[in-house]
Amino acid sequence: MNRTIAPAIKDAVEFDVTLKPYEKFTLDNGIPVYVIKSDEQDTLQLEFIFPAGSWYEQESQVAAATNFLIKNGSTKHNALEINESIEYFGAYLNRNSYHENATYTLHCLTRHTEDLLPLLQEVIQDPAFSADELATYQQNMKQRLAVNLQKCDFVANRYIDKYLFGEFHPYGRVSTMMAYDALQPESLRAFYQRHYSYNNCRIFVAGHLPENMIALLNKYFGSTQWNGETTLLRPELPIQTADEKKHRIFNDENGVQGAVRVARHFPNRYHPDFPKMMVLNTILGGYFGSRLMSNIREEKGYTYGIHSQLYNFRQTGALNIQTEAGRDVCEATIEEIYKELQNLQNEPVPEEELSLVRNYMIGSILGDLDGAFQVIQRWKSLILNDLDENYFNNNIRIIKTITAEELQQLAKQYFTPSDFYELVVI
Amino acid sequence: MIHFNKFTLGNGLRVIVHEDHTTPMAVLNVLYDVGARDEDPARTGFAHLFEHLMFGGSVNIPDYDEPLQMAGGENNAFTTNDLTNYYIQLPAENIETAFWLESDRMLSLAFDEKSLDVQRKVVSEEFKEHYINKPYGDVWHKMRELAYSSHPYRWMTIGKELSHIETASLEDVKAFFFKYYRPVNAILVVGGKVTTAQVKVLAEKWFGDIPSGEKYQRQLPQEPAQTAAHKLEVKAKVPLDALYKCYHIYKREDPRYYAADLLSDILGGGSSSRLHQVLVKEKKLFSNIECYHFGSLDAGLLAIEGKLVKGVKMKDAEKAIQEELSKLQQTVIPERELQKVKNRVESLLAFEDMSLLNRANNLAFYELMGDAALMNTEFTHYEVVTTADIHREANIIFDEKNSNTIYYYADNQI
Repeated sequence: MNRTIAPAIKDAVEFDVTLKPYEKFTLDNGIPVYVIKSDEQDTLQLEFIFPAGSWYEQESQVAAATNFLIKNGSTKHNALEINESIEYFGAYLNRNSYHENATYTLHCLTRHTEDLLPLLQEVIQDPAFSADELATYQQNMKQRLAVNLQKCDFVANRYIDKYLFGEFHPYGRVSTMMAYDALQPESLRAFYQRHYSYNNCRIFVAGHLPENMIALLNKYFGSTQWNGETTLLRPELPIQTADEKKHRIFNDENGVQGAVRVARHFPNRYHPDFPKMMVLNTILGGYFGSRLMSNIREEKGYTYGIHSQLYNFRQTGALNIQTEAGRDVCEATIEEIYKELQNLQNEPVPEEELSLVRNYMIGSILGDLDGAFQVIQRWKSLILNDLDENYFNNNIRIIKTITAEELQQLAKQYFTPSDFYELVVI
Repeated sequence: MIHFNKFTLGNGLRVIVHEDHTTPMAVLNVLYDVGARDEDPARTGFAHLFEHLMFGGSVNIPDYDEPLQMAGGENNAFTTNDLTNYYIQLPAENIETAFWLESDRMLSLAFDEKSLDVQRKVVSEEFKEHYINKPYGDVWHKMRELAYSSHPYRWMTIGKELSHIETASLEDVKAFFFKYYRPVNAILVVGGKVTTAQVKVLAEKWFGDIPSGEKYQRQLPQEPAQTAAHKLEVKAKVPLDALYKCYHIYKREDPRYYAADLLSDILGGGSSSRLHQVLVKEKKLFSNIECYHFGSLDAGLLAIEGKLVKGVKMKDAEKAIQEELSKLQQTVIPERELQKVKNRVESLLAFEDMSLLNRANNLAFYELMGDAALMNTEFTHYEVVTTADIHREANIIFDEKNSNTIYYYADNQI
């Protein structure tokens, strides 16, 4: 046996990557329910999604605070009683708020679903927003912020978003002590009333569903016009970018590392260049064998890790390269980042590297689509962005067929160093 | 119920096959029975540095990552105080690529000076990023030294100090490899869309001819029972005072481990747990408080850590924690509360088992503990724990003499 010869492989372009279709139900009051079933395990994921992200808030941090405090007490039971009931069934109820949407997600064993739904109904449809819960939240969030402000990576993320989008835009707005202090139960209640209403709700379910799942959802979420009917207007908010592109900030005079960010705007996911950039971004800094990792970690040892990331925000995207590097090598790191950007402009990606990245990306998507929870995740991101499987299929096609010339063209258009914001926070 | 088949190659490599034909993917997981606890006290951080070097090319394959990515695969690894684990996930059709890569680096590494040189720097940056350049980043170094007098859990996986990593030589690397990274000290798990017959053929083909090596006989100094409370005060440039308390618990294989695990969940698991409810919500002394344990194979630590609300005095905060621990020592907990934490464990295990990768990792881990089949009986050990067990363990574990406390003060002068 000759160990220097690799075993034959099946190439990624030969893999048939398809998105398993969802089932759709509509509750009696019109709430859409998207379902991916899989009966192999006894677990269930149930997610409620509302257009209640920071895009819609009038005052900073209202969306996140509302989302958080919905779970902390209803008009009938306090936070402890609610949490104890949910946790008694071994269930996890998580909440999150993003730029566009806010979510409530239940993970439980299938056999406990029927016991948990009335609790969920109470949490989502009848929150109290008590002054005491809000005060605790304000204090604890301020303390957490104080700790985070000592971390160079946290501070760098705040600044780079501010340069790209402006501090008054939801993509660039950051938490502050003042914003937390200004929160009032009334503004949370008003935000809740407007955004967490039945006609703004969408439900995504995955896993092993009880036989009567839709009947149960109808009973607790489909039979009334809970929280009334509200009409949302999605305001258009202008982006205000910083004029100055190069920034150096000292957050800690004794810091042994600097957080480096090199970033620029990029069109949103509806633009034809977006799926192409997903491939180019992978080559640049999207996987372990990327240009940035190979050079700056594996060749120079300047950092534990360096990554480039494509933001897929709804209004506009961005390309952000980020790393924490040794204090003395931050400037050298930035130089190398620019070199790598220019290499992609000047030289076409060699066929072998391109083929590797195609295979890597397809293999990785295949792995990501393994299991009902993962499949519903893909569908969710399509549905919430008014897209369908054609978008997914087109992305797969682009990964399989994009040429080195197209990638070089893309690099020429988007990888010019002077278009990038750069930042070091020590 | 996780199904698997098990066999051993002539060179002593244990192989476990977990067939799952519902997925298009396959996982190959190799666990080596060596962790930071096996290090020389003068050369700490070596097991983890070594993990990095495993990606620097092997005797017949100059680059580990490229061929794997070409086959649509992803991989990673982790080192703990107890073990080192490597895993690959890739489309099942290309599983042989994983066998080829993993077997060659078990056969021998390239032992390249340049790779060692770069990875020393990379690990130094990892050390800085996680333990130096973060507020409170040094606390677990200090806690381990406070709590352990003899056992090598005295140091963290990343190492005691940067200099240990910076002075590692190629000779050290070779010696480490040929002592620990041998088939007889490893466990191979292959899972996903594969058959046992197929894995038998591939395992024999790729791993069968690797010299078996000598079985590593672990003889570590065990930690004597602690006889007096340990306390340490720290002042540092952080915004808030913080309090850390650690108590010695049991080995992973000890039947009392399960009661200790549930005890940590009663105190710190979820928003209805005791410490969060009383100290954050009711008394508002802490802005966050957690309780968990390290899950180590040798006797580990149960930890309580929290940040104090500004203006709260350290001794008041500590007294309030002590009151909660005393309640558990004096009063038997309600049956419903015990059932709650058991239910949490049951669903946690079920959610963990959803991922093929987790199943493969866990089969290797339980095999290391003695038998992969333990994975299927794990929950029964939790089911039999009684409220009396919890009461007894609270009295043993939360004995003041068994405690290690760090008072971490925000230095207002800086």
